[in-house]
Amino acid sequence: MTALAWLVPVALLLGGIGLAAFLWALRAGQFEDLDGAAYRALEDDPPDGKSPR
Amino acid sequence: MTAQTLTAGLAKGAQDAIAASAPATLTLAVDNMRCGGCLRSVERAALRIPGVSSARASLTAKRLTVTCDPAQSGEVDIIGALERIGFHAAPIETAKQDRGDARRNFLLRRVAVAGFAAMNIMLISVAVWSGTASDMEAGLAGAFRWLSALIALPTVVYAGQPFFASALGALRGGRLNMDVPISLAIVLATGMSLYQTMLGNEQVYFDAAVALLFFLLVGRFLDESLRVRARGEAQNLLSLQGGIATVIEADGSRSQVAAHALRPGDRLLVVAGERVSTDGVVRSGYGQIDQSLITGETSPATISPGAQVYAGTLNLTQPLQIEVTAVDSATLLAEISRLMLAAEQGKARYRRLADRAAQIYAPAVHGLGLATFIGWLLLGASWQTALTYAIAVLIITCPCALALAVPAVQIAAASRLFRQGVIVKSADGLERLAETDLVVFDKTGTLTLGRPQLLGGDLISDDALTAAARLASASKHPYARAIVEAAETCGLLVKTADDVREEPGRGLERILPHGEERLGSAGWCGVASDGTEGEVWYRRDWQVPVRFRFADALRADAAETVAALKRRGYDVALLSGDRAGVVEDIAHRSGIDTWRAALKPADKIAWLDARAGEGLKVLMAGDGLNDAPALAAAHASISPATAADISQRAADFVFQGARLAPVVEAIATARRARAMALQNFAVAAGYNAICVPLAMAGLVTPLIAAIVMSTSSIVVTLNAARLAGGRS
Repeated sequence: MTALAWLVPVALLLGGIGLAAFLWALRAGQFEDLDGAAYRALEDDPPDGKSPR
Repeated sequence: MTAQTLTAGLAKGAQDAIAASAPATLTLAVDNMRCGGCLRSVERAALRIPGVSSARASLTAKRLTVTCDPAQSGEVDIIGALERIGFHAAPIETAKQDRGDARRNFLLRRVAVAGFAAMNIMLISVAVWSGTASDMEAGLAGAFRWLSALIALPTVVYAGQPFFASALGALRGGRLNMDVPISLAIVLATGMSLYQTMLGNEQVYFDAAVALLFFLLVGRFLDESLRVRARGEAQNLLSLQGGIATVIEADGSRSQVAAHALRPGDRLLVVAGERVSTDGVVRSGYGQIDQSLITGETSPATISPGAQVYAGTLNLTQPLQIEVTAVDSATLLAEISRLMLAAEQGKARYRRLADRAAQIYAPAVHGLGLATFIGWLLLGASWQTALTYAIAVLIITCPCALALAVPAVQIAAASRLFRQGVIVKSADGLERLAETDLVVFDKTGTLTLGRPQLLGGDLISDDALTAAARLASASKHPYARAIVEAAETCGLLVKTADDVREEPGRGLERILPHGEERLGSAGWCGVASDGTEGEVWYRRDWQVPVRFRFADALRADAAETVAALKRRGYDVALLSGDRAGVVEDIAHRSGIDTWRAALKPADKIAWLDARAGEGLKVLMAGDGLNDAPALAAAHASISPATAADISQRAADFVFQGARLAPVVEAIATARRARAMALQNFAVAAGYNAICVPLAMAGLVTPLIAAIVMSTSSIVVTLNAARLAGGRS
């Protein structure tokens, strides 16, 4: 049973990291253009300095 | 970005006067951007313009956001660059879109937090429940309940805000809305669970409360997404209508200006074949204009200096100089605006299906909860037990079907229509469309294409058609374009002829090694004509002249669409501002029995009002400025994407392309969406009928509440998903 003492916090922490990552991605505008992002992943040009984010 | 810096970017003449300032951010609507390749070309083209420091296109919003130095480049340069690679772009007039996005992200953050909390509490609860059945120590179960409380309390405070705010607003106004029982259920369930946890009891509802919050937030988020999308699409359409105008400066120089930046007093040059981009008065130039978008009249009108012209008018012959006038001085527009205002006020505010259901549901939920509480007190139960049972009733009855199922159905229907070229512009449009039983069409531009088509092209020899098309391809005149289009449809190769001379208002001419060829009016080709409108002659000097006749053609599937509507049990009518002869012909050919001709905007409204008085709900399909009040007055309305901007503003739906079939598709989808929303209500009602008595009897444990509620939410969402996936 002592395993629970650290397993439960670890489970919550991992979930919390996922949540934080989502909130960060949302703030960074990664959900602004879901259709376009699907194609950008396939773009094989090196990102040029002029391109934003 | 101030108006000053924007103007500096636009008007090249004023550039030197205002020094370079902070970078400006411009947002443009970009039409026909469909794939990753388009996305990349649009961004590359924008980045090549001097002064542009960043460009980011969005495929979802069909928009391009550009940061540029206003002293070096502006909207017009970007639009020009995109035009050269085949994309039609236009600046977005306002920055209102940000507010919608902000609200959507506000909800999405809360969905994420509630989802995280719901999953973790559920995880812990499963351990407690299975522990109750087996041998979990009471101390550990208590600790797990405290852990649930620790996660649930901040979540409820944070993620519940949208509901609490709305409920408080309603209570202050002395009303009850659906958010009142929702807030009550969540707050009471959380508070009571906390109290029971302190006492070490088992009646703990944290999981149900947070899961409820999560499902309701998803519904709210979907609803908001639909609104944001509808609003964004509407703005794109309106912006793309405006385009670019050529302004003649005081010193005679010319510059290109985005149509929305025009000011009263500006002088515009409108060449033949171009649409007038704003309302104004003709200052110089004579000729013919096509006002079919404004009045529905197909034959060209003759104008002279002093004449009033409206945005959307097509200049057919001579270059015109037009002075921009303020909207309120324009008599026709003022009349249209007045009628529209009256129509909108006269129309009772539509109450959405979910709202109407909530009107019955909310008092019932409160009543049942209260009855349970008082009933158990009277039966001698402790107040804690009575309250726990009342909370179970509130949680069980919580309106997931209303709050989640309807938005889910609507967003599925909107995406489906979007793929078929129909844009849903108003959030409750689908519901209103589903209720209509009479479809009223306008003629010009709705049943017809609204642009001239060559008549009897097969009677003209291929040689003559090819030769005429070679000349015609040098001109932007609508008749010339119709000839080229006809030649291409016949599979003839059209090469643009060099050194074609265009005599505005008369025709085209080309000198050949031995003689000359001409395409234009009867007089231009030296033919005696009976003066019928809508004809063009082609003559090579030693040959017999060839006559080309034009008329506004019916959309290819107009008759088919009318027949399909009639099969579905709809009455179909045709209302037009055009002459009786033309209207009768079109009505006959498209299979419409009821038609009225020569109607003014007010007459159309009167006719619609009379039908509404008979209890009919009208779907109005129209495109002209003269249809705008009727579009606003009708129960639901649809416009083609070529419609006047004021009409698109009034319409609930906009369809794209040359076919009329999307009208039928939109009706079919709206009806299916309605049927599905009702199915979902039935699912919800059925599950309430079973569970509410159980909850009132005190038999619903937290476990049952959580399972039943999640199951019903998932069932209604899956039902909605059928609409998005299925083919008609």
